[in-house]
Amino acid sequence: MSAEVQTKQAVMEMALESKDKKQNNQPMDGSAVLIQGLKDQGVEVIFGYPGGAVLPIYDALYKDPIPHVLARHEQGAIHAAEGYARVSGKPGVVIATSGPGATNLVTGITDAMMDSLPLVVFTGQVASTVIGTDAFQEADVIGITQPITKHNYQVQDVADLPRIIKEAFHIASTGRRGPVVVDIPKNVATEIFVTEEERNAEVYLPGYQPTTTPNYLQIQKAAEAIRFARKPLILAGAGVLHGQAMEELKTLVETKRIPVTNTLLGLGGIAGDHEYFLGMAGMHGTYTANMAISECDVLINIGARFDDRLTGNLESFAPHAKIIHIDIDPAEIGKNVPTDIPIVADSKEALKALLNQEFQAPDTEEWFGYLKDLQEEAPLWYNTDEHEVLPQEAIQMIHRITEGDAIVTTDVGQHQMWAAQYYSLNNPDHWVTSGGLGTMGFGFPAAIGAQIAKPNERVIAIVGDGGFQMTAQELSLLQEMRIPVKVVILNNGALGMVRQWQETFYDERYSQSLIPVQPDFVKLAEAYDLKGYRITKKEDAEQIFREALLSDEPVLIDCRVKMLENVYPMVAPGKGLQDMIGVKSK
Amino acid sequence: MKRVITITVINQSGVLNRVTGLLMKRQFNIESITVGHSEQPGMSKMTFIVHVEDERKIEQLVKQLQKQIDVIKVNDITEKAIVMRELALVKVVSPPHARSEINSIVEPFRATVIDSGKNVVTYQVTGAPEKIEAFIDLVKPYGIKELARTGATAFTREIQKVNSPQLSILK
Repeated sequence: MSAEVQTKQAVMEMALESKDKKQNNQPMDGSAVLIQGLKDQGVEVIFGYPGGAVLPIYDALYKDPIPHVLARHEQGAIHAAEGYARVSGKPGVVIATSGPGATNLVTGITDAMMDSLPLVVFTGQVASTVIGTDAFQEADVIGITQPITKHNYQVQDVADLPRIIKEAFHIASTGRRGPVVVDIPKNVATEIFVTEEERNAEVYLPGYQPTTTPNYLQIQKAAEAIRFARKPLILAGAGVLHGQAMEELKTLVETKRIPVTNTLLGLGGIAGDHEYFLGMAGMHGTYTANMAISECDVLINIGARFDDRLTGNLESFAPHAKIIHIDIDPAEIGKNVPTDIPIVADSKEALKALLNQEFQAPDTEEWFGYLKDLQEEAPLWYNTDEHEVLPQEAIQMIHRITEGDAIVTTDVGQHQMWAAQYYSLNNPDHWVTSGGLGTMGFGFPAAIGAQIAKPNERVIAIVGDGGFQMTAQELSLLQEMRIPVKVVILNNGALGMVRQWQETFYDERYSQSLIPVQPDFVKLAEAYDLKGYRITKKEDAEQIFREALLSDEPVLIDCRVKMLENVYPMVAPGKGLQDMIGVKSK
Repeated sequence: MKRVITITVINQSGVLNRVTGLLMKRQFNIESITVGHSEQPGMSKMTFIVHVEDERKIEQLVKQLQKQIDVIKVNDITEKAIVMRELALVKVVSPPHARSEINSIVEPFRATVIDSGKNVVTYQVTGAPEKIEAFIDLVKPYGIKELARTGATAFTREIQKVNSPQLSILK
């Protein structure tokens, strides 16, 4: 039996066991109410780690199970939940204990906030009677997480718990998605909860009504602007994926003949090999995509937030363009770039409304001709090396072997940019990366979450040797659950992006960015009862990748790549998008 | 420029922290902030005066506040006809021989004496923040021993005259 099937079966069996245990008429304590609440929300898996303050919750989970993934560090649990949320579209659920359990989640919560991932995070808290006394394992979780959550709650009264659970899931998974923290004091988890009425309490959120339907007049204006454009360009962000507007985007692009570029997080919103796709834009985007932004006359931003890594210097961003900005979060519109036609709406609804206008396609013949020439003149490129494997080559091999169909997760840094450039995605929701926060150690646990959400997909974590060591303890999960994640370490013995910046902007003073001493990653894999591979020679690479990536088992591949390789092309910090260095020109 | 923002919030624990935390995170400079119950049960009203560089920044502020789940309504009332009041308690050094002099010069401000000692008198003065400023300037030469201000609270007037921003002085 393959590992995939085994994992899936284990999860199914656990889910079946826990079925039909509704205890509608018995008195329930807070913990039982919580577990029941999670089941009512359709939660299929919890990522968590037990501890003192969540003992009652874990006891309730023991009696009335929901499949639980025991990460080996809370950070691993929450990144796994993020990976799960990104590929499934459902909220990731995390449980951690008070104090250090909760503070270990902070990076993941912030990461989810920046990248709009729906999470519902339950943290234990010391008993209400000792809150504020610096009790054992007490931390002010509400204070700490207030600026990094979409919303947070401390449950003061067990009677509020059913409503708060419903609200937490509602807030996390509607509007612009984001993390919600629910802090549960230990005594609340054990208090007996009685009334039916309290259990049936509905969501009460008078201050939260996200706008999803676009304003008709604005849609008309947008249609008009596109109709008369000569050099229109679509910038598709993660909002396309969150709103599941891929079909509508494709239709708009094809019927109106408009070129399209992606943000880092928007990759996969349109197929990577689509003939109208210009590649990713931004600091390490393609020359064509960045020039298209600099020269377009109408820029249609769909669900991107004009992040600084995308825009470069704002002074020279899209200087000739009328800006149409579709976003579900009104606060993103006009935040960084002044907008001519703001459309506050869900991306799918906005694009549907736009397509309903049935306006004539603009004449983009000449514009496409110009962009095609640019693509030919300045494609992505890298120098070849006779002996060493180049990281770009490695990713192209992975792409070839998996035929562009794998779910790819990454950390932050050089390997992330190379994966974005060279792993052209066939499918949406197959790209899991830490964009806004840029979190090292994200990619590997996120791959575990993604694999749990999609047991039948091939999931590849492309990570660097630096980032992998930040959450490497989660190898235990591969060992324990035989989750067939493929870990590819692009090992250059350095913190590559830091090193590249030191080379370029600090006269090659490689301060603390070279890590020549590292563990034997193959032995490390073996220590966790996993198959480990090492690639050192160019001629072996393809064959080892093929064997490792196509296996049904979890594997780790230590792929040694050239240390001094840089990510190009690049917009230097403070420069405009049209001002790229490292552009290949024929 | 100074802006006067009023917001209606659900009155529950942590909401003040949420609002001030947001202002801090987004680097807004708060001059004053007041909070109290409103006419609706369970709702509180906050008034704050902030310094912002430009229109875009204030638009961001209003939008970010609106995004908070506990915030029901946000209004930038700077350009409106509004009533705005602040209260200050000022303890002024006032030896018996100077007392009547001080009392007479503060009289136009309709400040009231609410406490007095051998050498000090405590005045309570109410009005728009600029009136309070003027009052403080006036008594400063006599020596201010202690000063406490509540911060301004405000709402819009019932009748809005067209084109009559009352607070042009605040800009």
